[in-house]
Amino acid sequence: MEAVARVAYGRLVAMLAARGRDIMAAEDALQEAFLAALTHWPEQGLPENPEAWLLTVARRRLIDAQRRDARSTGTLPDLIGDHGPAMDALSDDRLELMLVCAHPAIDEAVRAPLILQTVLGLNAERIAAAFLVAPATMGQRLVRAKQKVRDAGMRFELPGPEVLEERLEALLDAIYAAYGTGWEDLGAMTNGRDLGEEALLLAQAIHVRLPEHPETLGLLALMHHTHARRHTRRDRNGRFVPLEEQDPRKWDEADLRMAEAHLRTAATLGSPGRYQVEAAIQSAHASARLTGRTDAQAVLRLYDALLMLAPSTGARVAHAAATARVHGTERALVLLEAIDPALTRNYQAWHALRADLLRELGRTQDASEAYRTAIGLSQDAAVRRFLQERMQGTIQGQ
Amino acid sequence: MKYAILINEGPEQFAIRNDADKAPAYWGAYTAYGEALHKAGVFAGGAGLQPPHTATTIRHRDGKRVVQDGPFADTKEQLAGFYVVDVPDLDAALEWASRCPGLEYGSTIEVRPEIGMP
Repeated sequence: MEAVARVAYGRLVAMLAARGRDIMAAEDALQEAFLAALTHWPEQGLPENPEAWLLTVARRRLIDAQRRDARSTGTLPDLIGDHGPAMDALSDDRLELMLVCAHPAIDEAVRAPLILQTVLGLNAERIAAAFLVAPATMGQRLVRAKQKVRDAGMRFELPGPEVLEERLEALLDAIYAAYGTGWEDLGAMTNGRDLGEEALLLAQAIHVRLPEHPETLGLLALMHHTHARRHTRRDRNGRFVPLEEQDPRKWDEADLRMAEAHLRTAATLGSPGRYQVEAAIQSAHASARLTGRTDAQAVLRLYDALLMLAPSTGARVAHAAATARVHGTERALVLLEAIDPALTRNYQAWHALRADLLRELGRTQDASEAYRTAIGLSQDAAVRRFLQERMQGTIQGQ
Repeated sequence: MKYAILINEGPEQFAIRNDADKAPAYWGAYTAYGEALHKAGVFAGGAGLQPPHTATTIRHRDGKRVVQDGPFADTKEQLAGFYVVDVPDLDAALEWASRCPGLEYGSTIEVRPEIGMP
């Protein structure tokens, strides 16, 4: 039910914003329409098409606001006379709206928050909590971004095919950033950082419009795969459980089926990309459900491919971990330590993996130092506890 | 909607103007760019500017008018010229800005919408 309301909200904002190319005015008008609904609907009963009712009321408010602005500044509004029949077909322009939010002219750090707010109606407090930013700061960033959209006159139409691909890439990255805020932090479920469901809704909104876009399918598959494991990331006592210790039989069946279906469709389109490869890696882990063991060779080959497509620090660390399982600890440590220290100094996953590798090599002193750094960089209490236990085990085992 | 395409050049780019080997291609590219803007019907103004050493700044300090030699900000890159284009939206303005020959010479191009004058 909440998801249905979210979809309706985003569609209404998208339709209202496209007209005057103004997200802020659209949100305000829709807010007023919701308030009007609170008084009208209980008295007069639920309208036949609540969405159309809200759209009509919001459009009137939008035009009223335009008239007020026109009177105060003397400019001629171009919206009057263009409001069309009240009941015109409700279209789904959320993709256009998302592309505006993920436009290269918008600061990269604010793209995901902007999409979450305008397309899903999340409030600034909720978004701020997910991105670990003060609510007032997040509020300011969002307002500034919306002002830029309005004042710079950005385009609310799909760009041509040659530009569209590049813009979709930025959009998928923003959605994955929203997904990642919750995922990186394993305490997400309890402290309200998890935006997994929201990110899935956003990717689905692209999928509705572009059902055969390979990387959108790849991202959907990737998110469904990781979503399937949301309940096994911790044990009954709230302890963090690393992937290799999770029971694959407890992963969410429905999510895994969706993931595999999307990945299969993507594969038939013959245009591989970063998200498809990442989904394939998760798929290889998921196949352990059937075989009882993960094909480490296959996983490593996929990470090789990923490094060619998107050599991020995260991918390089994961590649080193996969290397350890195939070629041994020493080779993995060489790869890990070859990454530019400027990129890894404050990167928790790098220190945690390095600690594990050093422990396996029997370098207990170095290992516990690395664990200590990783513990200091952890944002989540469960992960911190897990690493503390490993560090204790390392010291006692020496 | 009108947008200013502001071309900022560093000393190396300004020097090209007087470089006998490079100047013809530089001016040629800008002439062609201006013609393309005209032909597309989007040109709404613009000017190339002389280098920053020709600049004079004027401001009020303690109620007195102060005239000084030099540009307003002492930065490496300085405004070298600008175009005004009349196009439907920012995306179209960015498309035109991306064709500006200054880019291949290492200039930074800034795009700014004009104020809708009351």
